[in-house]
Amino acid sequence: MTFFADILAATFRNATPLVYGTVGETYTERAGILNLGIEGTMYAGAFFGFAVAYHTGNPWLGLLGAIIVGLIAGALMALLTVTLGANQHVSGLGLTIVLIGLSEFANRLMFSGGTLASIEKMPLWDPLASLKGGEGLGAQVAAIANQYGLTYVAFFLVVPIAWWVLMKTPLGLSIRAVGENPEAADVAGINVFRIRYVALMIGGAFMAVGGAFITLAMLGTFTLDIIAGRGWVVIALVIFGRWRIFRGVFGALVFAAVYSLGLRLHITPGFEGIPNEIMLALPYVIVILALALSGRNVPYPGAYLKPYRRS
Amino acid sequence: MAENRLGRAGIIALGAIVTILAVTGGAFVIAGANPLDAYYAYFVAPLTREFTLLEVLNKATPILFTGTAVAIAFRAGYWNIGVEGQLLMGAVAAAGIGQVVGGWPPLLVLPLMIAAGALAGAAWALVPALLRVRLGIDEVVTTLLLNPVALLVVQALLHGPWKDPETGFPESPRIAEAAEFPPLSDFIPLIGKSRLHLGFVIAIVLIVIAWYVLSRTGTGLRVRAVGLSPHGARFAGIKVERTLLRVALVSGAIAGVAGVSEVAGIQFRLTEGVSPGFGYTGIVVAMLGGLTMPGVLMAGLLLGDLSVGASSAVRSLQIPSQMGDVVQGTLLLVVIGAVAIYRWRTSREDERPPDEGEPLPDEPAGQPPSETSPT
Repeated sequence: MTFFADILAATFRNATPLVYGTVGETYTERAGILNLGIEGTMYAGAFFGFAVAYHTGNPWLGLLGAIIVGLIAGALMALLTVTLGANQHVSGLGLTIVLIGLSEFANRLMFSGGTLASIEKMPLWDPLASLKGGEGLGAQVAAIANQYGLTYVAFFLVVPIAWWVLMKTPLGLSIRAVGENPEAADVAGINVFRIRYVALMIGGAFMAVGGAFITLAMLGTFTLDIIAGRGWVVIALVIFGRWRIFRGVFGALVFAAVYSLGLRLHITPGFEGIPNEIMLALPYVIVILALALSGRNVPYPGAYLKPYRRS
Repeated sequence: MAENRLGRAGIIALGAIVTILAVTGGAFVIAGANPLDAYYAYFVAPLTREFTLLEVLNKATPILFTGTAVAIAFRAGYWNIGVEGQLLMGAVAAAGIGQVVGGWPPLLVLPLMIAAGALAGAAWALVPALLRVRLGIDEVVTTLLLNPVALLVVQALLHGPWKDPETGFPESPRIAEAAEFPPLSDFIPLIGKSRLHLGFVIAIVLIVIAWYVLSRTGTGLRVRAVGLSPHGARFAGIKVERTLLRVALVSGAIAGVAGVSEVAGIQFRLTEGVSPGFGYTGIVVAMLGGLTMPGVLMAGLLLGDLSVGASSAVRSLQIPSQMGDVVQGTLLLVVIGAVAIYRWRTSREDERPPDEGEPLPDEPAGQPPSETSPT
């Protein structure tokens, strides 16, 4: 029983960066822009969030720093793909290379001392603390509910609000319109360029928060290769979710569940013989399998990958 | 009008150079170095002495392979971003064979290793390629996701069966002498002692072959036609799916040979750091080279130069070596931005339809089945 509670608790924790990333990437792709800069944006959010928190001693200022970095990264992607109409695949990969390079460059300049710099992690929120103790169901639920504040924010605020904005508000309608049919959106009086900038910047901010969650809450420190392909996983989750936020979040939970199960089995008696690497590779393989099974006939946004020019 | 265009190209190029200098110069100043000294150290100094010049060619070797692999795939509109993983598989194959061929004649071992590495790279490229041509699954995602998996395969081997029994480090045992790529100084007496090895010659030969095939044969024409317009190519009777599948496998095979070259020519064993992102740098090389083979050659040499410069500037100017990646990425972003502006302006002038402002293969990778399923 504690076994499942442990895994469920870890699932929500490990899903959190993916959930922020999925919300962010869904916004950019719904506006017609594939943002492969996500891996670098998460990386820069993780590093600069940590750096600000370290120097100010305040993790919330770190979070703000990450958001600003994400907005800048999104604006840069917009400059390349919206204003200049450059190829989206290459712009995104180039952005990732630049942002990872800049983060590691700044890391060398700021933290070149021998010891690993660390901060006090964001506190866990324990809403059901009174139920703790013993082996009963209440204690298990309390253990699962013991999460970082940003995890609660992700699942109970960001996901529903992001869904509501995208599906039920004029801004969301504009985002979907410029991603589906920019010519028609333009005729209807929507500023295609401005809306794509907005979508990319909102998306960049969420991606950066996803990265910052890892340094500010989960680890309390920054290490190289900290994102480790999570951004690429998100790209797959968005397709798996067919550009719907709730489906994408469901995919993130499944991925995180498999990931958490693998990590847990590694330290479970009877499973020591299985190399850790197989456990770590399993979630990627499952994502590819899921895409292979469900990725046929996916409804790509109509203007996906297409730069818009007013002629 | 031609003059007008030339003038515009000049203005855009000037703007691009100013942007690159402003961004990278700012970073150099932050790192506490004089930008002029830094540019000299990064780009000129490596070319001034024979030893460093040979090291430039050496550093260019892996990215000439990966740049070629990427360029071939992108030309066909196949977004193979999994070159990194395919390279690692080639390295695994080379290290595996290299461990068991002690005492064999090198003339047998070296071709065997290259073939095995090419096969391993192609095998790693096969699944995403099949998913793309059979089911229409976006290869961008699947090739990307297989990169971390390939690294995990390497780590599993190095922490498991291949862990060096003597040192206990996560490194495979040293490969047999017969499996080592000989240094070029062994058979070209003119050049000095250096790490430059057979892999460089293979890379150059591959680039020449790829140039010939792409620009001078029917196969190359079909590849380019598929990249420019899959619909048009299909109308012209080209088997689009078969072309894409073959391009993907060739791209993966070349990436695999890059892995062989690193193991057999530089590391002499498999290590976790056998590729510090050569697959991704290959994308930069391919794009800076305009997806043409002469371009790949020049861009690969330029980035080799930059790589040697960045590592020597760590000591001479105390600039962190990561600055090399920043310069590289900035070059890429500014160049593709500048090219996009130029093409847009030029196409407006010619009153072509606006969607031709982006002539790169750019249709959604995972296509509706009506376009990708065999007809």
